[in-house]
Amino acid sequence: MLTLTCPCCGVKAEESELHGGGEAHLTRFGPGSSEEEFHDYLFARENAKGVHFERWRHVHGCGKWFHAARCTATLQVFGTYSAQTTEPPADLLATIREKRPGWSWRDFS
Amino acid sequence: MKRYSAFAIAREALRQHTGWDRAWRKASPKKKYDVVIVGAGGHGLATAYYLGKNHGIRNVAILEKGWLGGGNTGRNTTIIRSNYLQDPSAAIYEKSRSLYETMSQDLNYNVMFSPRGVIMLAQTEHEVRGYRRTAHANALQGVETQFIGPEKVKELCPIINLDGPRYPVLGGLWQARGGTARHDAVAWGYARACSDMGMDIIQKCEVTGIRSEGGKVRGVSTSQGDIDCDKLGIVVAGHSGVLAKMAGFRLPIESVSLQALVSEPIKPCMDVVVMANTVHGYMSQSDKGEMVIGGGTDGYNNYTQRGSFHHIEETVRALVETFPMVSRLKMLRQWGGIVDVTGDRSPIISKTPLDGCFINCGWGTGGFKAIPGSGWATAEMIARNEPGPLAAAFGLERFREGRFIDESVAAGVAH
Repeated sequence: MLTLTCPCCGVKAEESELHGGGEAHLTRFGPGSSEEEFHDYLFARENAKGVHFERWRHVHGCGKWFHAARCTATLQVFGTYSAQTTEPPADLLATIREKRPGWSWRDFS
Repeated sequence: MKRYSAFAIAREALRQHTGWDRAWRKASPKKKYDVVIVGAGGHGLATAYYLGKNHGIRNVAILEKGWLGGGNTGRNTTIIRSNYLQDPSAAIYEKSRSLYETMSQDLNYNVMFSPRGVIMLAQTEHEVRGYRRTAHANALQGVETQFIGPEKVKELCPIINLDGPRYPVLGGLWQARGGTARHDAVAWGYARACSDMGMDIIQKCEVTGIRSEGGKVRGVSTSQGDIDCDKLGIVVAGHSGVLAKMAGFRLPIESVSLQALVSEPIKPCMDVVVMANTVHGYMSQSDKGEMVIGGGTDGYNNYTQRGSFHHIEETVRALVETFPMVSRLKMLRQWGGIVDVTGDRSPIISKTPLDGCFINCGWGTGGFKAIPGSGWATAEMIARNEPGPLAAAFGLERFREGRFIDESVAAGVAH
């Protein structure tokens, strides 16, 4: 059972309490953007086998969105953090670097 | 290849079964092939088979990182149907279903295709309207389906409970020519036929990189050394994103785990396939007597071939209310497979940004039924360097152009 700690309310929530929201840190493109940018924003996904940054919502709890860093190959959770950011916190990136040397994900490594 | 026949069984019975050949040769990679197919599952093997049979391309290698048919081909619930709503889907799934009808004769391998009929239950007014619409669409597409009332559902499947605690059965979409087949036999039959045409099936050979030169594919690097090729077909389902990254592009796909389970074997009690999409569970009885049960997908990216436990609970709950007799059954096994899901729940059969590299993926939760049709269409595309009529609508560019083939209802599995 996947367990994530909600950074908003601090509750250690198991997955049936949560709802996955897909890949995090997407750059949004709207009207006026190129077809390429709009396509990538809507559809192209990293779908990484390994470290993955993703959005979650604590639906049956505080109801707030947050981000999590997780490994899709082992289900190991590296940590959760506030969604009010454009990149993962430095200490979380350091933890992942230590546990997965040579790792990279989009612009993060 | 020695043909399988009743006579062959009698002959071997008389000589202690000493005369059977291996179904396919053990092969080690050559330096170069005309076409390399990555993935020896149903879709990959069918692609190779139709490359040889329909297009005469036989200098082909099929690479498999694990064992043949050990991915989703060996993990699905073996349902075959073609009652989709959109025209391009109905065309390819119906082609596929019709190829299943003659597959055993074609491959000289008994795939145990059993056209026992498939019912998709309508349990809300919206589903009734939706399935009526699908039945009309199918009539126009030349796919034989029928909307049936609850009495007919009960007649076809006596163990069903029409008045469930949450959702009553209001009718169903019935495809009498749908059914099941032995999933492993499909992979083994294609493998045997491919090997017989001189193709190399190389197992335990993991692709670790894709080599290209000037925007054109040159070959692959594998755990058994470099292999050159003129054309490359990527047919790896759940790991499509990983291979696409090696080839330098991204896909509109996310990989999630889809679960299934089987019960202990019991006496025959159900001779149709029933899918209950509102409560989310589907079930059929295998020839061994096990009840084969399809579950749900996880709501997050996952490559671990196992799913969340609470999904099993949801699936079993749905089944107990639809088929009360299930409550007395013990479950034997549970497993997961990694399915590659696209935004519109339709597959991708496409050229890629890398010249000479083709991809077949995105079958999501319903790939088994499509194996022969998908192989047929992918082989045509690889042989001619252009998608043929079956594959044309399934190109990667449809996401850029907003030309979706929306099958989120017909896909059968809730996401």
